[in-house]
Amino acid sequence: MKGFGRLPRKEDARFVRGRGTFVDDLRLPGMLHGAVLRSPLAHARIVSIDTSAAEAHPKVRAVLTGHELAERGLAWMPTLSFDRQAVLATDKVRFQGQEVAFVVAEDRYSARDALALIDVEYEPLDPLVDARRALDDGAPLIRDDLKDKRDNHIFDWSAGDEAATDAVFAAADVVVAQDMLYPRVHPAPLETCGVIADLDPVTGKLTVWATSQAPHAHRTIYATVTGIPEHRIRVVSPDIGGGFGNKVPIYPAYVCAVVGSMVTGQPVKWSEDRSENLMTSAFARDYHMHGEIASTSDGKILGLRVRVLADHGAFNCTAQPSKYPAGFFHIVSGSYDIEAAHCAVTGVYTNKAPGGVAYACSFRVAEASYLVERLVDLLARELGADPAQLRLANLLRPEQFPYPSATGWEYDSGDYPAALRLAMDIAGYDKLRAEQARRRADGEYLGIGLSFFTEAVGAGPRKHMDIIGLGMADGAELRVHPTGKAVLRISVQSQGQGHETTFAQIVAHELGIGTDDVDVVHGDTDNTPFGLGTYGSRSTPVSGAAASVAARRVRDKARLIASAMLEVDPDDLEWTPGRWAVRGDPVAGASLAEIAMAAHSSLELPDGLEGQLDASCVYNPPNLTFPYGAYICVVEVDPGTGKVSVRRFVAVDDCGVRINPTIVEGQVHGGLADGIGMALMELMAFDTDGNCLGGSFMDYLLPTAVDCPSWELGETVTPSPHHPLGAKGIGESATVGSPAAVVNAVLDALEPFGVRHADMPLTPAAVWCAIQGRPLRQDLAIE
Amino acid sequence: MRIVVTVNNTEYVRDVEPRLLLVHFLREELGLTGTHWGCDTSNCGVCVVQLDGVPVKSCTVLAVMADGRFVRTIEGLGNGAGLDPVQQGFVECHGLQCGFCTPGMMMTARWLLDQDPDPSDEDIREALSGQLCRCTGYENIVRSIRWAAEHEASS
Repeated sequence: MKGFGRLPRKEDARFVRGRGTFVDDLRLPGMLHGAVLRSPLAHARIVSIDTSAAEAHPKVRAVLTGHELAERGLAWMPTLSFDRQAVLATDKVRFQGQEVAFVVAEDRYSARDALALIDVEYEPLDPLVDARRALDDGAPLIRDDLKDKRDNHIFDWSAGDEAATDAVFAAADVVVAQDMLYPRVHPAPLETCGVIADLDPVTGKLTVWATSQAPHAHRTIYATVTGIPEHRIRVVSPDIGGGFGNKVPIYPAYVCAVVGSMVTGQPVKWSEDRSENLMTSAFARDYHMHGEIASTSDGKILGLRVRVLADHGAFNCTAQPSKYPAGFFHIVSGSYDIEAAHCAVTGVYTNKAPGGVAYACSFRVAEASYLVERLVDLLARELGADPAQLRLANLLRPEQFPYPSATGWEYDSGDYPAALRLAMDIAGYDKLRAEQARRRADGEYLGIGLSFFTEAVGAGPRKHMDIIGLGMADGAELRVHPTGKAVLRISVQSQGQGHETTFAQIVAHELGIGTDDVDVVHGDTDNTPFGLGTYGSRSTPVSGAAASVAARRVRDKARLIASAMLEVDPDDLEWTPGRWAVRGDPVAGASLAEIAMAAHSSLELPDGLEGQLDASCVYNPPNLTFPYGAYICVVEVDPGTGKVSVRRFVAVDDCGVRINPTIVEGQVHGGLADGIGMALMELMAFDTDGNCLGGSFMDYLLPTAVDCPSWELGETVTPSPHHPLGAKGIGESATVGSPAAVVNAVLDALEPFGVRHADMPLTPAAVWCAIQGRPLRQDLAIE
Repeated sequence: MRIVVTVNNTEYVRDVEPRLLLVHFLREELGLTGTHWGCDTSNCGVCVVQLDGVPVKSCTVLAVMADGRFVRTIEGLGNGAGLDPVQQGFVECHGLQCGFCTPGMMMTARWLLDQDPDPSDEDIREALSGQLCRCTGYENIVRSIRWAAEHEASS
């Protein structure tokens, strides 16, 4: 194949044979194993730590505590949000599972054994678990490590015109308001996090093999934290077993492994177990939202007003562009032509694990999309309108693009009504409504839920977007070797998205060569150009654009070389895939392979033209891209047990041009399952003492094959006008868009019971309680 | 404890700690890293191997329990360069993304097709219901196993 289309993936050959190379698969000579001692309490002062018994263990090589790290200036490290996070606790523990000590031993089991030999005395403190109490007078102070900090407040942030929004609301016929919690959930990639740190005592070079979605950013952070010069640090992300945002941060145990290697002079591996992953690594969501929507009496949506209390846990570790402490939540006006909108977000500390932006949320577009889509359904119920018709009446129209939104975005392109109509056609919407009415009469509860979402991905323009000061441009370097075979090096890092295939297709498309003739190198800072990595659905929008531009530069250079080879003016050459041909001559021309050989030969090149055939690009996106979609979910609810069965799920996505439609559809499938999970079962809960109740897959439920229907997909294609390929990105669309469709479907089914809203997850117990008119948990609203 | 375990038709004699998990025995003693370690609680199934022909979660089987028995891992699926139809199905139908759950899924799929050469989609989903995938939404895994069933039938 020479470009776009349904190409089987290059990476599959190794994975289906069990020949992938994940971090925990690697074994280095002399490698030692680390294990982390974690706090059993959510909030406590550390009185003393006695490591003597652990140090006496015959297979233990080192025991690190916060005290030892402090002597090296490494007890704390910066977070991706300009806060700091304890590597190993020195003063207090601030969430259950926080890192207290790190053991390095000769094998995995001995390291774990030695944890039990460490004696820590804690003085328990009152924990702050409920974010809604975080700013109360007398609330336990969590961050007394910060100079002059007297409260648990992190930030206030807002977008939109508050006065204009208030005016729209004051004049509106109808205002509907609702409190909603988007509960704390966890990305839970099946491969947990892990690292091998190898500091060569002779050369001083640090090599870190890590489950990292952002190897280059990690290298810069290791350099600033440890003082090791950046050019002597190499970060390698081998195959990554799913990321979903969970593998963006640097975790304390990574730094401990580096120190462990410094101390022992040997490589140190640390492999997280599942409980550690769920209890301590980057969670997602945890937004307490109050939304209001205003409309005319005939259903013209006028305004949106939102207040959010954001629970960021014990340290502000969210990974998002610096200027946007609430991520891209201000895309909350969604897909509608809304006159005025305003949102205000307050972030607070609690005694819970840190994190906040993860789980394929596109920097909190997930929370925004859920809120607006619930509000539109609530408005439809208030008006007695059909939720599909209300949406069709208010969706942005194609002629309104590029659309400046009330909160400051410029949506690039779209035909929203076409996508919703296609979803309704696939679902047979009118027939479903008829079936619903018929079955309600028989006491059966069918629910039909819609959501329409607009994503904001491909972060982003450097002048607006950076993470810890690193601008969000990404690179690609393309070399065409003398025989015409090409290697593309990219700065983004696959965790399953299939970059080795998609990026080869981009180069093949641009150069007219076979995809087999292009190999893609990624995940190694010594061998790839700098860039910020893969999250926020940014690989194709940013690095994909870089690859496309680099290939076009190669093509342009090939034209000049061909003109020297053929002794014709470059303007007399025309490009046909894989070949520069002399215009008007059916025979004369040169293939890319011939040009590549000539580029490396003794051929005399025009002045100013360097030899070889390569090019690079650092792509600075002019704007984000705005994929969108229309989803319809059909559920059946058993009122006796509260069990929800998802009968159908129709998803129409528009992500612009599809480079590999099979891969695009696979991305959508996975996100739809995420939506089922978050809407119906996933919850990272805590008790009042701050104990995490979701610390294993027995407690934190994820959807299985029997929980998911056979997905029904549709597509429309509206190219992005500013992306060189017209592609928009797809990785997170379905995770962002699907939860609202499922929840709207369940609440549609429960309408005869007078249930107006119920927070996720809609477990059988939660649904049954909702039918009885009371909440299952205090923090989950039922109205 | 000394154990004798046959893995992918090769007999191994090893002294192991009684508490050593089969998954760690395979990965760290034998270097068979195609079998993964995911949750410790038998929920995710990335560690599924066949023990005497039956899929088990090797994170909750002790290596000593495999003494005198036959283990088949992903490295023992297919023959040399040739792929088992299950493996080929996963390639044809985009049945994997990150590849971490894939070996466990395929070992269960192989067992299913050995029991029932023509399973329905519901049968396939039921067989996989003790395993998790976070990437594919299961759809293409089901299609991959159907592909394998159809191509075994025709070959």
